[in-house]
Amino acid sequence: MEPTLSQYLLVSGALFAIGLLGVIVRRNLLIIYMSLELMLNAANVALVAMSRFNEKAETALDGQVMVFFIITVAAAEVAVGLALIVALYRKRQTTDVADLATMKL
Amino acid sequence: MEGTLFNIFAGLTVLSALLVVANPFSRNPVTSAMFLVTTMISISGLFVLLGAYFLAAVQILVYAGAVMVLFLFVIMLLDLREAARRKLNLVSLAMGIMAVGALFLVYKSSIESTYGEASQQQEVAEDNAQVEAKVVGSTRALGQALFSGENGFILPFEIVSILLLVAMVGVILLSRKEPR
Repeated sequence: MEPTLSQYLLVSGALFAIGLLGVIVRRNLLIIYMSLELMLNAANVALVAMSRFNEKAETALDGQVMVFFIITVAAAEVAVGLALIVALYRKRQTTDVADLATMKL
Repeated sequence: MEGTLFNIFAGLTVLSALLVVANPFSRNPVTSAMFLVTTMISISGLFVLLGAYFLAAVQILVYAGAVMVLFLFVIMLLDLREAARRKLNLVSLAMGIMAVGALFLVYKSSIESTYGEASQQQEVAEDNAQVEAKVVGSTRALGQALFSGENGFILPFEIVSILLLVAMVGVILLSRKEPR
Protein backbone atom coordinates (compact mmCIF):
# COMPACT_ATOMS: atom_id res chain seq x y z
CA MET A 1 0.00 0.00 0.00
CA GLU A 2 1.22 3.43 -0.90
CA PRO A 3 2.29 5.63 2.03
CA THR A 4 0.11 8.67 2.65
CA LEU A 5 1.02 12.32 2.96
CA SER A 6 0.62 12.26 6.73
CA GLN A 7 3.19 9.47 7.04
CA TYR A 8 5.75 11.50 5.13
CA LEU A 9 4.96 14.56 7.25
CA LEU A 10 5.41 12.47 10.37
CA VAL A 11 8.89 11.40 9.25
CA SER A 12 9.71 15.02 8.51
CA GLY A 13 8.45 16.11 11.92
CA ALA A 14 10.50 13.42 13.67
CA LEU A 15 13.60 14.49 11.74
CA PHE A 16 13.03 18.12 12.68
CA ALA A 17 12.53 17.24 16.34
CA ILE A 18 15.74 15.20 16.40
CA GLY A 19 17.66 18.06 14.80
CA LEU A 20 16.26 20.55 17.30
CA LEU A 21 17.17 18.21 20.13
CA GLY A 22 20.72 18.09 18.85
CA VAL A 23 20.94 21.88 18.69
CA ILE A 24 19.66 22.19 22.25
CA VAL A 25 21.48 19.35 23.96
CA ARG A 26 24.84 18.89 22.24
CA ARG A 27 27.81 21.08 23.15
CA ASN A 28 30.10 20.51 20.16
CA LEU A 29 29.75 23.24 17.55
CA LEU A 30 30.22 20.81 14.65
CA ILE A 31 27.50 18.47 15.90
CA ILE A 32 25.18 21.44 16.35
CA TYR A 33 25.87 22.33 12.73
CA MET A 34 25.04 18.80 11.57
CA SER A 35 21.78 18.99 13.52
CA LEU A 36 20.96 22.21 11.65
CA GLU A 37 21.43 20.29 8.41
CA LEU A 38 19.01 17.65 9.69
CA MET A 39 16.38 20.34 10.30
CA LEU A 40 16.83 21.76 6.79
CA ASN A 41 16.38 18.28 5.36
CA ALA A 42 13.23 17.77 7.38
CA ALA A 43 11.79 20.83 5.65
CA ASN A 44 12.89 19.40 2.30
CA VAL A 45 11.10 16.11 2.93
CA ALA A 46 7.90 17.96 3.86
CA LEU A 47 8.08 20.16 0.74
CA VAL A 48 8.67 17.27 -1.66
CA ALA A 49 5.83 15.28 -0.07
CA MET A 50 3.48 18.26 -0.37
CA SER A 51 4.49 18.65 -4.00
CA ARG A 52 3.76 14.98 -4.68
CA PHE A 53 0.26 15.18 -3.27
CA ASN A 54 -0.54 18.52 -4.87
CA GLU A 55 -3.54 18.28 -7.17
CA LYS A 56 -3.13 21.45 -9.22
CA ALA A 57 -1.14 20.57 -12.31
CA GLU A 58 0.26 24.05 -12.96
CA THR A 59 1.86 24.46 -9.53
CA ALA A 60 2.70 20.79 -9.05
CA LEU A 61 6.46 21.16 -9.22
CA ASP A 62 6.76 24.35 -7.17
CA GLY A 63 7.62 22.42 -4.02
CA GLN A 64 10.45 20.62 -5.75
CA VAL A 65 11.79 23.87 -7.21
CA MET A 66 11.77 25.29 -3.68
CA VAL A 67 13.74 22.28 -2.43
CA PHE A 68 16.23 22.79 -5.26
CA PHE A 69 16.86 26.33 -4.04
CA ILE A 70 17.05 25.23 -0.41
CA ILE A 71 19.72 22.67 -1.24
CA THR A 72 21.77 25.29 -3.09
CA VAL A 73 21.52 27.86 -0.33
CA ALA A 74 22.26 25.21 2.30
CA ALA A 75 25.46 24.28 0.49
CA ALA A 76 26.60 27.92 0.53
CA GLU A 77 25.57 28.24 4.16
CA VAL A 78 27.55 25.15 5.18
CA ALA A 79 30.68 26.53 3.52
CA VAL A 80 30.39 29.89 5.28
CA GLY A 81 29.51 28.35 8.63
CA LEU A 82 32.40 25.91 8.58
CA ALA A 83 34.79 28.71 7.63
CA LEU A 84 33.51 30.65 10.64
CA ILE A 85 34.07 27.63 12.86
CA VAL A 86 37.63 27.25 11.56
CA ALA A 87 38.34 30.95 12.14
CA LEU A 88 36.88 30.71 15.64
CA TYR A 89 38.94 27.63 16.41
CA ARG A 90 42.12 29.43 15.37
CA LYS A 91 41.38 32.15 17.92
CA ARG A 92 40.06 30.08 20.79
CA GLN A 93 41.30 26.50 20.30
CA THR A 94 37.93 25.01 21.18
CA THR A 95 34.62 24.08 19.57
CA ASP A 96 32.69 23.64 22.80
CA VAL A 97 29.88 26.16 23.04
CA ALA A 98 30.27 26.39 26.82
CA ASP A 99 33.72 27.90 26.25
CA LEU A 100 32.43 30.24 23.56
CA ALA A 101 29.83 31.95 25.71
CA THR A 102 31.42 35.39 25.39
CA MET A 103 31.66 37.30 22.14
CA LYS A 104 35.05 38.71 23.04
CA LEU A 105 37.88 37.24 20.99
CA MET B 1 6.11 -2.85 -2.19
CA GLU B 2 6.15 0.91 -1.94
CA GLY B 3 4.95 0.71 1.64
CA THR B 4 7.77 -1.64 2.56
CA LEU B 5 10.37 0.60 0.94
CA PHE B 6 8.87 3.60 2.71
CA ASN B 7 9.11 1.83 6.06
CA ILE B 8 12.73 0.89 5.42
CA PHE B 9 13.82 4.34 4.33
CA ALA B 10 11.82 6.21 6.95
CA GLY B 11 13.13 3.98 9.72
CA LEU B 12 16.68 4.32 8.48
CA THR B 13 16.34 8.10 8.25
CA VAL B 14 15.05 8.53 11.79
CA LEU B 15 17.41 5.95 13.28
CA SER B 16 20.56 7.37 11.75
CA ALA B 17 19.46 10.94 12.54
CA LEU B 18 19.18 9.83 16.17
CA LEU B 19 22.67 8.35 15.96
CA VAL B 20 24.01 11.66 14.61
CA VAL B 21 22.69 13.50 17.62
CA ALA B 22 23.07 10.95 20.41
CA ASN B 23 25.35 8.03 19.71
CA PRO B 24 25.67 5.86 22.83
CA PHE B 25 28.88 4.21 21.61
CA SER B 26 30.98 7.09 20.43
CA ARG B 27 31.24 10.83 20.87
CA ASN B 28 33.61 11.22 17.95
CA PRO B 29 32.39 13.85 15.45
CA VAL B 30 33.53 11.63 12.54
CA THR B 31 30.99 8.98 13.57
CA SER B 32 28.26 11.60 13.58
CA ALA B 33 29.33 12.75 10.13
CA MET B 34 29.15 9.18 8.82
CA PHE B 35 25.65 8.72 10.18
CA LEU B 36 24.71 12.05 8.62
CA VAL B 37 25.72 10.51 5.26
CA THR B 38 23.41 7.56 5.97
CA THR B 39 20.59 9.97 6.80
CA MET B 40 21.08 11.91 3.59
CA ILE B 41 21.14 8.76 1.45
CA SER B 42 17.95 7.40 2.99
CA ILE B 43 16.29 10.80 2.56
CA SER B 44 17.16 10.58 -1.12
CA GLY B 45 15.51 7.16 -1.10
CA LEU B 46 12.36 8.87 0.20
CA PHE B 47 12.68 11.41 -2.63
CA VAL B 48 12.75 8.57 -5.18
CA LEU B 49 9.59 7.13 -3.62
CA LEU B 50 8.01 10.58 -3.96
CA GLY B 51 8.89 10.75 -7.65
CA ALA B 52 11.49 13.49 -7.23
CA TYR B 53 14.24 11.71 -9.17
CA PHE B 54 16.31 14.78 -9.96
CA LEU B 55 16.26 15.97 -6.36
CA ALA B 56 17.27 12.50 -5.17
CA ALA B 57 20.35 12.68 -7.37
CA VAL B 58 21.13 16.24 -6.27
CA GLN B 59 20.69 15.26 -2.64
CA ILE B 60 23.34 12.57 -2.96
CA LEU B 61 25.69 14.75 -5.01
CA VAL B 62 25.46 17.84 -2.82
CA TYR B 63 24.90 16.47 0.68
CA ALA B 64 26.50 13.02 0.68
CA GLY B 65 29.23 14.35 -1.62
CA ALA B 66 30.19 17.98 -1.24
CA VAL B 67 28.83 18.91 2.19
CA MET B 68 30.08 15.79 3.89
CA VAL B 69 33.56 16.16 2.44
CA LEU B 70 33.56 19.70 3.78
CA PHE B 71 32.49 18.50 7.23
CA LEU B 72 35.12 15.76 7.33
CA PHE B 73 37.79 18.18 6.12
CA VAL B 74 37.00 20.61 8.90
CA ILE B 75 36.83 17.87 11.55
CA MET B 76 40.25 16.62 10.53
CA LEU B 77 41.66 20.12 10.13
CA LEU B 78 40.66 21.04 13.66
CA ASP B 79 42.09 17.77 15.01
CA LEU B 80 39.60 17.64 17.84
CA ARG B 81 41.05 15.87 20.81
CA GLU B 82 38.17 14.70 22.89
CA ALA B 83 38.44 17.29 25.62
CA ALA B 84 37.98 16.14 29.17
CA ARG B 85 34.53 14.69 29.04
CA ARG B 86 32.21 17.16 30.63
CA LYS B 87 29.40 16.06 32.82
CA LEU B 88 26.18 16.44 30.89
CA ASN B 89 23.93 18.98 32.47
CA LEU B 90 21.04 16.71 33.33
CA VAL B 91 18.58 19.53 33.92
CA SER B 92 19.16 21.05 30.50
CA LEU B 93 19.06 17.58 28.92
CA ALA B 94 15.69 16.84 30.50
CA MET B 95 14.39 20.28 29.57
CA GLY B 96 15.53 19.84 25.98
CA ILE B 97 13.95 16.43 25.60
CA MET B 98 10.71 17.65 27.15
CA ALA B 99 10.48 20.74 24.96
CA VAL B 100 11.29 18.88 21.76
CA GLY B 101 8.97 16.00 22.64
CA ALA B 102 6.14 18.41 23.33
CA LEU B 103 6.78 20.18 20.03
CA PHE B 104 6.71 16.86 18.18
CA LEU B 105 3.46 15.84 19.87
CA VAL B 106 1.82 19.12 18.88
CA TYR B 107 2.99 18.62 15.31
CA LYS B 108 1.81 15.02 15.26
CA SER B 109 -1.64 15.81 16.58
CA SER B 110 -2.04 18.68 14.14
CA ILE B 111 -1.19 16.33 11.26
CA GLU B 112 -3.65 13.80 12.59
CA SER B 113 -6.44 16.32 12.92
CA THR B 114 -5.81 17.59 9.40
CA TYR B 115 -5.24 14.27 7.64
CA GLY B 116 -6.92 12.06 10.23
CA GLU B 117 -8.63 8.70 9.78
CA ALA B 118 -11.76 10.02 8.12
CA SER B 119 -10.02 12.12 5.53
CA GLN B 120 -7.29 9.53 5.09
CA GLN B 121 -9.68 6.98 3.59
CA GLN B 122 -10.95 9.59 1.20
CA GLU B 123 -7.42 10.62 0.31
CA VAL B 124 -6.40 7.05 -0.48
CA ALA B 125 -9.46 6.63 -2.69
CA GLU B 126 -8.60 9.84 -4.54
CA ASP B 127 -5.01 8.73 -4.88
CA ASN B 128 -6.02 5.47 -6.48
CA ALA B 129 -8.36 7.30 -8.83
CA GLN B 130 -5.65 9.55 -10.22
CA VAL B 131 -2.56 7.41 -10.03
CA GLU B 132 -1.73 8.39 -13.59
CA ALA B 133 -1.67 12.10 -12.81
CA LYS B 134 1.10 11.80 -10.21
CA VAL B 135 3.72 14.50 -10.22
CA VAL B 136 7.06 13.26 -11.43
CA GLY B 137 10.09 15.47 -10.91
CA SER B 138 12.30 14.19 -13.69
CA THR B 139 15.18 16.37 -14.82
CA ARG B 140 13.21 17.53 -17.85
CA ALA B 141 10.06 18.40 -15.90
CA LEU B 142 11.97 20.26 -13.20
CA GLY B 143 14.02 22.14 -15.78
CA GLN B 144 10.86 23.24 -17.54
CA ALA B 145 9.32 24.35 -14.25
CA LEU B 146 12.48 26.31 -13.45
CA PHE B 147 13.15 28.03 -16.74
CA SER B 148 10.03 28.22 -18.84
CA GLY B 149 6.85 30.20 -18.80
CA GLU B 150 5.99 33.45 -17.13
CA ASN B 151 5.96 31.80 -13.72
CA GLY B 152 9.45 30.43 -14.20
CA PHE B 153 12.20 30.90 -11.67
CA ILE B 154 14.89 32.50 -13.80
CA LEU B 155 15.51 35.51 -11.56
CA PRO B 156 15.81 33.46 -8.34
CA PHE B 157 18.12 31.10 -10.19
CA GLU B 158 20.44 33.95 -11.15
CA ILE B 159 20.31 35.37 -7.62
CA VAL B 160 21.33 31.98 -6.26
CA SER B 161 24.32 31.92 -8.60
CA ILE B 162 25.43 35.30 -7.23
CA LEU B 163 24.89 33.99 -3.71
CA LEU B 164 27.19 31.05 -4.42
CA LEU B 165 29.87 33.43 -5.72
CA VAL B 166 29.54 35.66 -2.65
CA ALA B 167 29.73 32.62 -0.36
CA MET B 168 32.89 31.44 -2.10
CA VAL B 169 34.60 34.83 -1.77
CA GLY B 170 33.44 35.14 1.84
CA VAL B 171 34.76 31.71 2.76
CA ILE B 172 38.17 32.47 1.28
CA LEU B 173 38.26 35.76 3.17
CA LEU B 174 37.16 34.19 6.47
CA SER B 175 39.57 31.30 6.43
CA ARG B 176 42.72 33.21 5.50
CA LYS B 177 45.51 32.90 8.02
CA GLU B 178 45.87 36.62 8.73
CA PRO B 179 42.60 38.51 8.37
CA ARG B 180 43.30 42.20 8.10
